[in-house]
Amino acid sequence: MKDLVGIKELGRDDIERILDTAASFKDVLKRDIKKVPALRGKTVVNLFFEPSTRTKTSFELAEKRISTDVLNFSVPTSSVVKGESLLDTVRTIEAYGVDFIVIRHSSSGVPHFIARNVKASVINAGDGINEHPTQALLDAFSIVEKKGGLSGLKVAIVGDITHSRVAKSNVYLLSKFGAHIRLVGPPTLIPDMSGYDVEVFYNMEDGLKDVDVIMMLRIQMERQVKGFFPSTEEYSKNWGLDEQRLKLADKNAIVMHPGPMNRGIEISSDVADSAQSIILDQVTNGIAVRMAVMYLLGGAKGNA
Amino acid sequence: MTKELLNKKDIDRVLSRIAHEIIEKNKGTENICLVGIQRGGVHLAKRLSAKIGAIEQAEMPVGSLDISLYRDDIGMRKEQPVVRRTDIPCDITDKKIILVDDVLFTGRSIRAAMDALMDFGRPAEIQLAVLIDRGHRELPIRADYVGKNIPTSMSENIEAQLEEEGLEDRIILQAKE
Repeated sequence: MKDLVGIKELGRDDIERILDTAASFKDVLKRDIKKVPALRGKTVVNLFFEPSTRTKTSFELAEKRISTDVLNFSVPTSSVVKGESLLDTVRTIEAYGVDFIVIRHSSSGVPHFIARNVKASVINAGDGINEHPTQALLDAFSIVEKKGGLSGLKVAIVGDITHSRVAKSNVYLLSKFGAHIRLVGPPTLIPDMSGYDVEVFYNMEDGLKDVDVIMMLRIQMERQVKGFFPSTEEYSKNWGLDEQRLKLADKNAIVMHPGPMNRGIEISSDVADSAQSIILDQVTNGIAVRMAVMYLLGGAKGNA
Repeated sequence: MTKELLNKKDIDRVLSRIAHEIIEKNKGTENICLVGIQRGGVHLAKRLSAKIGAIEQAEMPVGSLDISLYRDDIGMRKEQPVVRRTDIPCDITDKKIILVDDVLFTGRSIRAAMDALMDFGRPAEIQLAVLIDRGHRELPIRADYVGKNIPTSMSENIEAQLEEEGLEDRIILQAKE
């Protein structure tokens, strides 16, 4: 495997290998010296065409802890990058001699396009409304850590599914492992995902009943231009997770959120800070999972 | 062509001798920690620990060390080696660490293991125990305890098959295809 462009492209065994390897990297993060020399001499460029603090920080820390040299290539967010100039940008970067390109772009499919055109390993850090594979991998890792597995779990993904690449990647991953997926949200924000084993709920109370995992999604203000819901107050009233609603889920249910949270809108503060919330575990696990992905891609030079 | 170098009984006798040698050289078991290299070395370290424990009536801590992330051939293979767990049960600083591996060959794994260990602390001393030394060193490394010296050619493979892996205990020599 040269690239990680999406969960869709991965097999079950690929995912299992990443999660197993991530467990070893999580151990590394608990040591006094949280750095291993595995990818010494390799160079990574973080190419973010969309603003990001968390994902970029997590990748950068993972890159440093696996001993790569890190280059941050910031792209003015206002400039429109057309197909050709995008490829030129990437080819220029490749000429620097980089081994990995971590890319985030507001258009779906950009990482796939780049992966086909460069020798370096491309890691998708989020493309448009398509996929965010490392987020789904860290979510899966976090669930397995708490629940022991994925098969048979009832997982509710709540919020704006249509615009969420996190939700898409999670649906692709969870369905490969036999989880029961529920998509919960307003009809305007749930896409047609027929072909995947999902149940759709337009009523949050019904959707949360007896679930083992609740994945809350961030309301993406930047993507709400068409008025998919009347107001944030209205959204919060119907789709926000508070303590009352959490009680509908299984009593050992875990609550997840990819961050950054809009406290008081999609998730109440008491839920976000409750014992059932594993939001901060997700952050820690993200570093381990990204180290694992780089380690496994880093050995692929022979068959690139 | 497969040739058996050591059988179950041979392996047991060799380990008993190494256990005695470790006690003799270190004048007891004080301050010692055994660390096996994944995977074969871990099984052997546990067996040595049990033997030393029985002889000296002492508890011997055993750690396991995965060296994948410290190898010098990362990216040169088709697939990355599987990263197994590392578990060092004690603070290794000022301890005498006895590294245990099944087969000593180029010495590169031992170099990686020493680097990996150093990230956990500063041991007083590192000693090396191996079941088989097959020669062909590429680094200036030697073992303190050797089960059996077996001259080999580069075109041969040595495999330590151990009960812990669901096999019958034996060490075999095979010609590479």
